[in-house]
Amino acid sequence: MSSALLNLILSATAETLYMVFVSGVLSALVGIPLGVLLYVTRPGQILPNATLNSVLGIITNIGRSIPFIILMVALIPFIRILVGTSIGTNAAAVPLTIAAIPFVARLVEGSLNEVSPGLIEAAQSMGATPWQIITKVLLPEARGGIFTTLTITVVTLVSYSAMAGAVGGGGLGDLGIRYGYMRYDSTVMLITVAILVVMVQGFQSLGDYLVRKSDHK
Amino acid sequence: MATRQGGLFFAYPTFSSCSSSCSVARLRRPIVATAVANMIRLHNVSKTFGAGPRAVTALKNIDLHVPKGQIHGVIGLSGAGKSTLIRCVNLLERPTTGSVFVDDKELTALSEVALRQARHRIGMIFQHFNLLTSRTVFDNVALPLEFMKLSKSEIANRVTPLLDLVGLSDKAKQYPSQLSGGQKQRVAIARALASRPQVLLCDEATSALDPHTTTSILELLQDINQKLGLTILLITHEMEVVKTICHRVSLISDGELVEEAEVGDFFTAPRTQLGRHFLNDFLELEPPRGLIERLQGSPCENSHPVVRLGFSGDAVSTPLISRLARECGVDVSILQAKVESIQDRTLGLMIAELMGDEADTQRAIAYLESHDLTVEVLGHVQRTA
Repeated sequence: MSSALLNLILSATAETLYMVFVSGVLSALVGIPLGVLLYVTRPGQILPNATLNSVLGIITNIGRSIPFIILMVALIPFIRILVGTSIGTNAAAVPLTIAAIPFVARLVEGSLNEVSPGLIEAAQSMGATPWQIITKVLLPEARGGIFTTLTITVVTLVSYSAMAGAVGGGGLGDLGIRYGYMRYDSTVMLITVAILVVMVQGFQSLGDYLVRKSDHK
Repeated sequence: MATRQGGLFFAYPTFSSCSSSCSVARLRRPIVATAVANMIRLHNVSKTFGAGPRAVTALKNIDLHVPKGQIHGVIGLSGAGKSTLIRCVNLLERPTTGSVFVDDKELTALSEVALRQARHRIGMIFQHFNLLTSRTVFDNVALPLEFMKLSKSEIANRVTPLLDLVGLSDKAKQYPSQLSGGQKQRVAIARALASRPQVLLCDEATSALDPHTTTSILELLQDINQKLGLTILLITHEMEVVKTICHRVSLISDGELVEEAEVGDFFTAPRTQLGRHFLNDFLELEPPRGLIERLQGSPCENSHPVVRLGFSGDAVSTPLISRLARECGVDVSILQAKVESIQDRTLGLMIAELMGDEADTQRAIAYLESHDLTVEVLGHVQRTA
């Protein structure tokens, strides 16, 4: 293998990790609070608000129903305004983040749903504020589930980032398509896939470790 | 005895170590003076779930008064509204109508913020403990103090003696999943006491525990009641719980309080059919199965009444049965009998067949009633001879 190809593979790997990292962190920062809001504004919950709950629910569902490849293309004008260009890793991180936010939100909502209602009731009986219930009861009790959510999200982002590569996002997907597919270079294709497999395994193992560590049930 | 009534004597920081074996003065409860102020007052509380034709009324016009320092039990069958009732006291469930007072503060009139403050003075424990699995024993007890925004050192100063009180000092760093049911409820009790409440609400606190553990938890509650002067309201479906620690008991049925009495009175002479039902179930005092099948509703020729007798106080030590035989000319065949100690009273129960002609047996029943026995005629049985 030539050193040029090696450099190509290394930089493509770094690009993929960068895209996954940026979109992972941003979607967690927005998606977790959104998931909490979806949960606590339900009727009968600690901050019931039917209007807000259904508006957020509809937005989340719309976000989840748009196929990623269409979302990417549809967002191009918006990405240009936001990042200045529609190609490159920064540009690719935008649709990745936007696609992952509703995904994270729904899974976090599901994790919170697993917390026993009795714990919320106990906290209320102790005079806890809704904010204290969220930060001291709901989120810590759902920690394992939230780590599982984030692991699934990151793994999904790895494969979505390969799709982003197809429209000029860079990264391993881009490399695989240009060298592996278009130039019939099966070595590059295999290496690309191998790196993606290792990456997914690594993220999954890290996630499993964090889930195990936070689980005292 | 008067010290237990001493109201706000809160000696939390000076707890000495105490395990389940600590000397609880079992079954010796002082009679509550009528002058003591009410700590909990429910006034005409009703609760309806849902609206329109599908509305379900869970509570109807509940009036309940619990004096300071008392242990008050509410007993009822499943679905009678016990849980809703106790959850109305700290407004986990807001009554549809009526008002709730705790320590003369009308909770139903408070703002959200003021209600949260008031809840710091009302501890609660639950059937399924409701401990946070993500927190250690220590941090679970610390939780309400974090809600109150106490400093770390203040929290440690309060949590450590509480763990001593419930006998779990050595478990401070463990997680709830490593504890037994009884230990979990002890942690929950320590947690409920952390905010130094005046009132403790117990929602079926022993229903998920085995009999032995139940006893030790009840002893702990009694200990707390006596040491801290804490007012306790508990709901249960177990007569054993009422018998062991309650001073007064209310009977709830279909969302209504149908009977309220001192525990001694309730166990000796329940006034309602449901009260008798609970008592008979508890005492397991039913006629032998073979006899039940032969029982007839009304007297006929050559039949004898089968009666259930309840006697307390002086009647227990009086040789009434032999006097009955002499003075009324009836023979008494005792089918079942037992003597129970409830609080400071002795309660005797007996199922007996009164053998004699009708006039004599009527006279015998009148004689027994005149000696303050409760006489319930269960039926009549044909003479077999």
